Amino acid sequence: MIESVVFSLLNGVLYGMLLFMLASGLTLIFGMMGVLNFAHASFYMLGAYCAYSISQVLGFWGALVIAPIIVGLLGALIERVGLRNVHKHGHVAELLFTFGLVYVIDELVILVWGQLPVDYRIPEALDFTLFSLYGSDFPAYRGFILFMAVAMFVAIYLLLVRTRVGMIIRASLSHPDMVGALGHNVPRIFTFVFAFGTGLAGLAGVMAGNYFITEPGMAFAMGPIVFVVVVLGGLGSLGGALVASLIIGLVTTFAVGMNYSIADMLASAGIAFGQDSVLGINLSRFGPMLPYLLMVLILIFRPRGLMGSRES
Amino acid sequence: MLEVENLHAYYGKSHILQGVAFDVGEGEIVSLLGRNGVGRSTTCKSIMGLVPPRGSIRFKGEELAGMSAHRIARKGIGYVPEDRLTFSGLSTRENLEMGVQKVGAESRWTIDDAYRLFPRLSERADVKADLLSGGEQQMLSMCRTMMGNPALVMIDEPTEGLAPQIVEQVGDFLLEVAASGVSILLVEQKLSIAMRVSHRVYVMGHGQIVFEGTPQDLQADDAVRREWLEV
Ligand SMILES: Nc1ncnc2c1ncn2[C@@H]1O[C@H](COP(=O)(O)OP(=O)(O)O)[C@@H](O)[C@H]1O
Ligand SMILES: [Mg+2]
Repeated sequence: MIESVVFSLLNGVLYGMLLFMLASGLTLIFGMMGVLNFAHASFYMLGAYCAYSISQVLGFWGALVIAPIIVGLLGALIERVGLRNVHKHGHVAELLFTFGLVYVIDELVILVWGQLPVDYRIPEALDFTLFSLYGSDFPAYRGFILFMAVAMFVAIYLLLVRTRVGMIIRASLSHPDMVGALGHNVPRIFTFVFAFGTGLAGLAGVMAGNYFITEPGMAFAMGPIVFVVVVLGGLGSLGGALVASLIIGLVTTFAVGMNYSIADMLASAGIAFGQDSVLGINLSRFGPMLPYLLMVLILIFRPRGLMGSRES
Repeated sequence: MLEVENLHAYYGKSHILQGVAFDVGEGEIVSLLGRNGVGRSTTCKSIMGLVPPRGSIRFKGEELAGMSAHRIARKGIGYVPEDRLTFSGLSTRENLEMGVQKVGAESRWTIDDAYRLFPRLSERADVKADLLSGGEQQMLSMCRTMMGNPALVMIDEPTEGLAPQIVEQVGDFLLEVAASGVSILLVEQKLSIAMRVSHRVYVMGHGQIVFEGTPQDLQADDAVRREWLEV
């Protein structure tokens, strides 16, 4: 029991931190520009595919540095020539723009890399067991992801809280027009934040692509859950994104490990009831639904999310 | 210094400003008066580039219409909006730093000036702006704009909703700003503070200027005050 709790905890935190890498960029972009970037997880997928191709030439470490930069630059380009012009026509147009982008990127990925998963692997240098606990192994690569995610959180935090650029970004979260009226080039800050956010998504892709599988469906697998995180945490709130990422990571991981039903619990309390009804369904099967259920509930009872400042 | 001619502005299809014209000279305090909804705030926003203007806005001889807000600010126009718009996630000190345009450059106004004029701001330097009172936010918003070293500053209804004692402080602040060589365009609804500090006043009604003169002229003109100002 304790062993499964410890491992679920580690894996839940790990999954949560991966979610946070995506959610942090998404929530920053939303906070500043007021637009939900549907294509955010597509940049995550691009990160994984770019890393795969680059690692063929330069190895994993080269890919780790270069792929996020390429994805970030692509993000900057898309913001500069696409989103900035669409922005003039309002939020709905922006939303539809990013929605279209999802499918454009998806088809492009299939064109370039094909329908089948690519063989993007964990680097040999990190392919060993970090430690064993109660007879189960904890792979070093998971430790690496955790380390990178924590380092990234600290880096974002320092950027936002300790630098002038970060201060201007934080100010733009509440009143972008006023930031402009004080003489700061807000469109340029938007481009920077968009590039930074998509670059972070790319970095998450580099690290998750070989931990999971790099395939065309990976954006669709990750996209909705990142939205849940951002809504749950509160649109535009970085602290909220962190808390919500960890909650979703832990909830889904623990749910998967729940190998019993409500009827089983009743049975252990001496009540034989409902083994054949809905109460007899294994709790782990509710796991995939839980994040979305949480999102629906939070929208009903606390629409600004756990730590958000404005209504979504 | 600032010359506005035939200024028009629209929100969607509604024609809000219908040929506004006025000017502000160097070192002058000019007030723009009028009832709620006549378009005074829209005038400020169009000058600042926050609402797209049509017509001519010249500042130190240069045409501003069509420029983006941050470039207009860099030309030397400051703006203190009526809803203050202090940055809620930032401390008082950070809000002031947000006003600085070039770090390290000379400025007529520094954070120390802000603290000297409003000691309350220095006491609350590390407090997040959303925890400040309305009066403190007004002081902060005005000082923040001054950090950018503007040559002209537009201040929209600074005394709205403030206690009489703080209104006095705002008046003293305006005089100090003017004494430092900065021109002021003051938007007000009430006459009290505008009559005290202004060199000239304009009265606006329905998207146009309906009166221009000195505070004494306005004092003497019962008809204008009754038709366009008193509620
Ligand atoms: N964002 C907006 N959208 C549509 N109409 C607006 C907006 N802001 C102001 N208005 C309208 O424009 C007119 C002028 O408003 P405003 O410039 O704020 O007046 P004032 O500052 O003199 O009270 C008012 O009738 C107001 O209802
Ligand atoms: Mg107004």
